[in-house]
Amino acid sequence: MPYVPHSPADVRAMLDVIGKQEIGDLFSHLPENVRLGRPLDLAPGITEEEVRRYFRKAAAANHGQDELVSFLGGGIYDSIIPAAIDAISSRSEFLTAYTPYQPEVSQGTLQVIYEWQSFICRLTGLDVANASMYDAATALSEALSVALAAKRKKAIVLPVTLNPRYRRVVRTMMAGEGITVLDAPAGPDGTTDPVALADVMTSDVAACVIPNPNYLGLVEPVDELSRVIRDAGAIVVAAVNPVALSLLKTPAEFGAELAVGEAQPFGVPPSWGGPLLGFLACTDKHKRRIPGRIVGRTTDNRGNEGYVLTLQTREQHIRRDKATSNICSNQGLNALRATVYLAMLGAGGLAELGEANLTRITALRNRVTGIAGVGLPFDGPVFNETVIRLERPAGEFLAFARNRGVLAGIPLEGIADCVTGDLLVCVTEKRTAAEIENFGLLLEEFMSDANGGKEVSA
Amino acid sequence: MVPDDRKYTQEHEWILIEDGIGTIGVTDFAAGELGDVVFVELPETGSEYSQGDTVGTIESVKAVADLYLPVSGEIVEANEAVVDTPELVNTDPMEEGWLFKVKLSDLSEIDQLMDAAAYGELLGG
Repeated sequence: MPYVPHSPADVRAMLDVIGKQEIGDLFSHLPENVRLGRPLDLAPGITEEEVRRYFRKAAAANHGQDELVSFLGGGIYDSIIPAAIDAISSRSEFLTAYTPYQPEVSQGTLQVIYEWQSFICRLTGLDVANASMYDAATALSEALSVALAAKRKKAIVLPVTLNPRYRRVVRTMMAGEGITVLDAPAGPDGTTDPVALADVMTSDVAACVIPNPNYLGLVEPVDELSRVIRDAGAIVVAAVNPVALSLLKTPAEFGAELAVGEAQPFGVPPSWGGPLLGFLACTDKHKRRIPGRIVGRTTDNRGNEGYVLTLQTREQHIRRDKATSNICSNQGLNALRATVYLAMLGAGGLAELGEANLTRITALRNRVTGIAGVGLPFDGPVFNETVIRLERPAGEFLAFARNRGVLAGIPLEGIADCVTGDLLVCVTEKRTAAEIENFGLLLEEFMSDANGGKEVSA
Repeated sequence: MVPDDRKYTQEHEWILIEDGIGTIGVTDFAAGELGDVVFVELPETGSEYSQGDTVGTIESVKAVADLYLPVSGEIVEANEAVVDTPELVNTDPMEEGWLFKVKLSDLSEIDQLMDAAAYGELLGG
């Protein structure tokens, strides 16, 4: 698209045609009290080299995953990204294409999306997956909308062990729809209590989410929870970490009709919290209610195999206000990265990845066990992350570790029944034995030093 | 093709009432306008609705339309044959392609519906 500036003469000529004196007249319909009444407070222009220097300096203030050792999890993971992911996803045929859905010119992109959908179906065990979503939080909110529409009910249940950011997004999305959002409490073991859940599951409830593993890294009692939810006539919506699916029961295996999650660990860097990559899958009976796009495999009129968008009649550009969702797009580039990643790993590689993650979080739990003033409040099986409980405020340890180049975790106070000393520590397959040992050493030093949290780097 | 044994709505649905039970489908005209029907979603038996409620959808290769309830009442039967064979709506919309049956809760609502002559005029105009 060419950039065409308007000279003062151009502007004058256009104003004359439409019968206006000056550009401000175009906004005369707006009330005076919402108009600025003066030019924008912008600095005068600077040169290209000055711009470059400014941004180089600003960028240097960022401290990324490459220089800091990250134990941050909570839904976004610092995973190993093979070089092939960048090499393939930055090919101009993929990278520069924006929503290239015309089958006549976009078979490559459509095939990638079809393969992505196939991977998500294989991982979740469900029948249908869409072309991807912005992130797990919006995917969850959309999945719950599907369940609400299917059940024609007005309430949903979210466990307090669900990622708090997902909980906030769902509440925001449901507020405008007049949907009641109920909490399911956690038991003393840090997972959702099936008995307490049964009390929450009234006949108004359309669906309940089962997070697995939950925000505290713990594996939920999925079969018991699923039975309680289904006995109450509601739909099970799974919110799962796909990296764990090679080890844990799939959503289909525990009776979920819808499953969502965050596929960012599959080849997408954490950056500073995004862009992410949500997925959404469902059983066959919900396929006409799910948001976004679906690519199908078909044959053309000469019998050649090809790929094409399908079920588009549900979408906004045809159904207008009756569309199943506002979401008409997908997270194409990140879905491409994840598809390349999964194709590279294969089923065997994915199983090894799951084992590697499990081994390392177990190593971290073992390393911190026995440090004076440090406890592990929950005994159940964990994946990727675990809660450690300090006898001092977790925030003080975070500041201490940050000064040593380590992002030690996420404070948990206010989540489920967590206290000030609770810290969510994540270990992916990327963390080495030396980094885990260093984490242990830092924690020992901090806990043995009464002033550790106040320490300032030299 | 507007049989006079039944009533019609602005949304191009027909309702044939026998012993307080209304059988509902889309008209010949509607089926023609929709084109090839590929999917029909019908209300669950036993659920109750008010007149004008959206109770299902009918999807063709080019559009999705809502199904409205012409009269208040309880859904007593859904035509499983059109769920399995949606093209029945195209081949025989006025008979075999019926969609669902409702037990009327307010017989006076029938008077608000169009008779065959009025619907014929709607199509003609």
